[in-house]
Amino acid sequence: MTTATPAARPAAEKDSSQVRQKEMIANHFTRLSHAPDTGEKCVYTYVPGNLTELLRAFDVLPVLPEINALQSGMRGKSRDYIMLAEKQGHSEDVCAYVKSDIGMQATGNVGPTGERLPGPDLLLLSYTGCFTFLKWFELLRERYKCPTVMLHVPYQAEGVITDSMRKYVVDQIKEKLIPELERLTGRKYDEDRLKENLARSAKAEDDLVAVLESAKNVPSPIDSWFGGVYYIGPIFTAFRGTQEAVEYYRALRAEVDERVRLGKGPVTPDGDLDKERYRVVVEGPPPWTHFRELWKMFSDEGAVVVASTYTKVGGVYDLGFRHDPSRPLESLADYCMGCYTNLNLPTRVDMIAKYVKDYRADGFMINSVKSCKSFSAGQLMILREVEKRTGKPGGFIESDLVDPRYFSAANVKNRLESYFQMIEQKRAGKEAS
Amino acid sequence: MRYVVGIDLGSTTTKAVVLAEDGTPLGRGITNSRSNYDLACQVALTEALIHTRFALVTRALEAQGIEHGRALALIGDLERLFRREQYRGQAAVLARVTGEVVGRFGVEGSRPAAERILAEMDAEADRLFAPGASRKSDFFRDLAGSRWHALAEVEARKTGEGFDVLVALFDKAILEVENTPWGEGTFELFVRAAMKDALGVAAGDAAALERAVADAVSVSLEKIAGVGTGYGRARLPFPKECIRSEILCHGLGAHAMFPNTRTVLDIGGQDTKAIQVDEHGIVTSFQMNDRCAAGCGRYLGYIADEMDLGLHELGPLAQTSSRTVRINSTCTVFAGAELRERISLGEKREDILSGLHRAIILRAMSLLARSGGVHDEFTFTGGVARNPAAVDALRTLVQENYGSLTLNISADSIYTGALGAALFALREAKGHAPAPVAGEVAA
Repeated sequence: MTTATPAARPAAEKDSSQVRQKEMIANHFTRLSHAPDTGEKCVYTYVPGNLTELLRAFDVLPVLPEINALQSGMRGKSRDYIMLAEKQGHSEDVCAYVKSDIGMQATGNVGPTGERLPGPDLLLLSYTGCFTFLKWFELLRERYKCPTVMLHVPYQAEGVITDSMRKYVVDQIKEKLIPELERLTGRKYDEDRLKENLARSAKAEDDLVAVLESAKNVPSPIDSWFGGVYYIGPIFTAFRGTQEAVEYYRALRAEVDERVRLGKGPVTPDGDLDKERYRVVVEGPPPWTHFRELWKMFSDEGAVVVASTYTKVGGVYDLGFRHDPSRPLESLADYCMGCYTNLNLPTRVDMIAKYVKDYRADGFMINSVKSCKSFSAGQLMILREVEKRTGKPGGFIESDLVDPRYFSAANVKNRLESYFQMIEQKRAGKEAS
Repeated sequence: MRYVVGIDLGSTTTKAVVLAEDGTPLGRGITNSRSNYDLACQVALTEALIHTRFALVTRALEAQGIEHGRALALIGDLERLFRREQYRGQAAVLARVTGEVVGRFGVEGSRPAAERILAEMDAEADRLFAPGASRKSDFFRDLAGSRWHALAEVEARKTGEGFDVLVALFDKAILEVENTPWGEGTFELFVRAAMKDALGVAAGDAAALERAVADAVSVSLEKIAGVGTGYGRARLPFPKECIRSEILCHGLGAHAMFPNTRTVLDIGGQDTKAIQVDEHGIVTSFQMNDRCAAGCGRYLGYIADEMDLGLHELGPLAQTSSRTVRINSTCTVFAGAELRERISLGEKREDILSGLHRAIILRAMSLLARSGGVHDEFTFTGGVARNPAAVDALRTLVQENYGSLTLNISADSIYTGALGAALFALREAKGHAPAPVAGEVAA
């Protein structure tokens, strides 16, 4: 989700935003690797519900274990990490992100840039839609014997965030998290700094939404899944609320606007896509171990992902949410409860159906991953419902996040080809009638 | 005569269907798939064209006023004798190659035994293809293989010749025999050889038969379009735009066979597909099995091996069960272990088999549910649709879960994918417009 591996894009096609992002992330990892010497504090936390603005207000650096896991997947390291974790007794059914991380920690905690990551000074869980996150931190707590703050974040069972839900989370931030951060850093909570961070977040969020919505153009200038995971990198991880993020998203938006002006299609592993043949919406995360291979299967068919739910796991900004300096802790609470996998199934169906319509998609595709129950539970119901509402065909492929043993290229390719030909055949049928 | 062909390159067999320019079915052919995909396609097409020539002979007979039933009887005899000659032709190649293999591997001592086996196989051909004789398979590999094994056992017993050496000779030789294509002129070659006996059998209609065969041989067949499908489709000898997913081909093929089809279940060698189609045979949704082949044809093949039975014997044996054993394993390999355990516990083979068939169909039911359920009419295709116990289990489970609806199974269901591909080829031949790019077709 964060850095582009050198292999992921051809050098000639690298946009300047890409180069900038790579630098930002490399610098962050270098800073993390020096933290034991500089004395900077590190908090391990997850992408969904991350409270980066608050952490940054305390000058604390975030480390995102699931990002490290997906990076391990992209770099071909996750298989060995997973097998090591399994050797230690983790079952085949345990989330592969967890096992990849456990394996990485057990072999020296060397991160995606080849630098050693610091251990956590604090484990902060601010999202409970994924039960595995909780267990994951229990394992890390065993290993590092460090303080842990686990907030309970209510699920949006009724599809709305009520005042009492919001207050429940705000109270926990005030009573559990802020005192712990004060103790850890020896500083007082400074709400003005938090507000400045939140204001910068909102600016970057505006630009991110403009980038994602550029895919409403035909042809789309971007791919919102394969390309989208690069675009969400900074804002979903360590950079929300920073000036760097504001500048990155401003530059990215300008680049995408230019692509629209030139009528260019998205960048693919083989350069610019010349002909957009299929526009699809994708639900679910990508299989990181075969990211490029799957991307090529799409781009070879001229298939462009025009909207994806995965790029909303760290915030559903396009449906209106913004971090808000005028209600700092409340908007952080809303953020924790508002990320994609914390939405109930009817809301997810509404959202995908809306994407299919708004982005003029030919259909939608679900990548069901074995590891993640938060994503996968209910996906077949979603498939049927969205088909019914939009009249557009749904496709279904199965893989995993970072366990390469669950990716069968022949099987996936077969399903994709069938799916795209099905769209083709439907068009031909429509023309004939 | 111009024709289009659809080829379905499956994991077990390769099928070809030939249609005339106006869509009339002309012929179909099947062969066992092999590592050389091009050749498997070539053999399937050759077989389909042979079948086409027989159709032309039938037409030519009828054109001469021979009534349909009589024409079919004449063709039946001609085809049987044709197959005998084809078998002999292939056996002759086997004899030549075996001789070379003997030399190559320096097992000269085994040459006389191998030659005796080959001579016996040639002599047996009349009996093997006698009127009414049943054969376990139509593939030379299977037919020759089973005869060779039986005769090699006799040799080993009588002369003390090494059975393993003889079997190894066959295994080496058959690969090369299978990779020796016959191609153009196959029909003419063997039909001429078959005619001597065929004319005798035809009695009063001999002259008409002779003329009909001469007519059929003289027709030149010209391919105008071909579409390939199946698991090996990426390696089919067709350009990319002439390759279709087998899901679409099965949907369209099933629609062509049974126009009211709305749900298709295809259980092939290594995958199971649940497909929903609309009133035009256009696929609206589908589900396939994941990376696991439990619940596919291969599962039955594995079980047949475990029980030392032929694949065709499984279904009928399972049907004699009076008490279905519940099989818990969804994994092919585990099911094998469970099978052995059940047998050791004294369960009857037929009861266990009945349970295994049910287990396969239960997996298919889950795929069907995921694809959107079962809608009337429901068409079952693929090699497993030939297994009567699988059909019984399907019928029962569909009735229990979806109520009573029409279940279609064609005797030619194995050709469904190839038929669909041929229909796509027909559309290509009619110059159907290139696909529009996205956005041009509004919702």
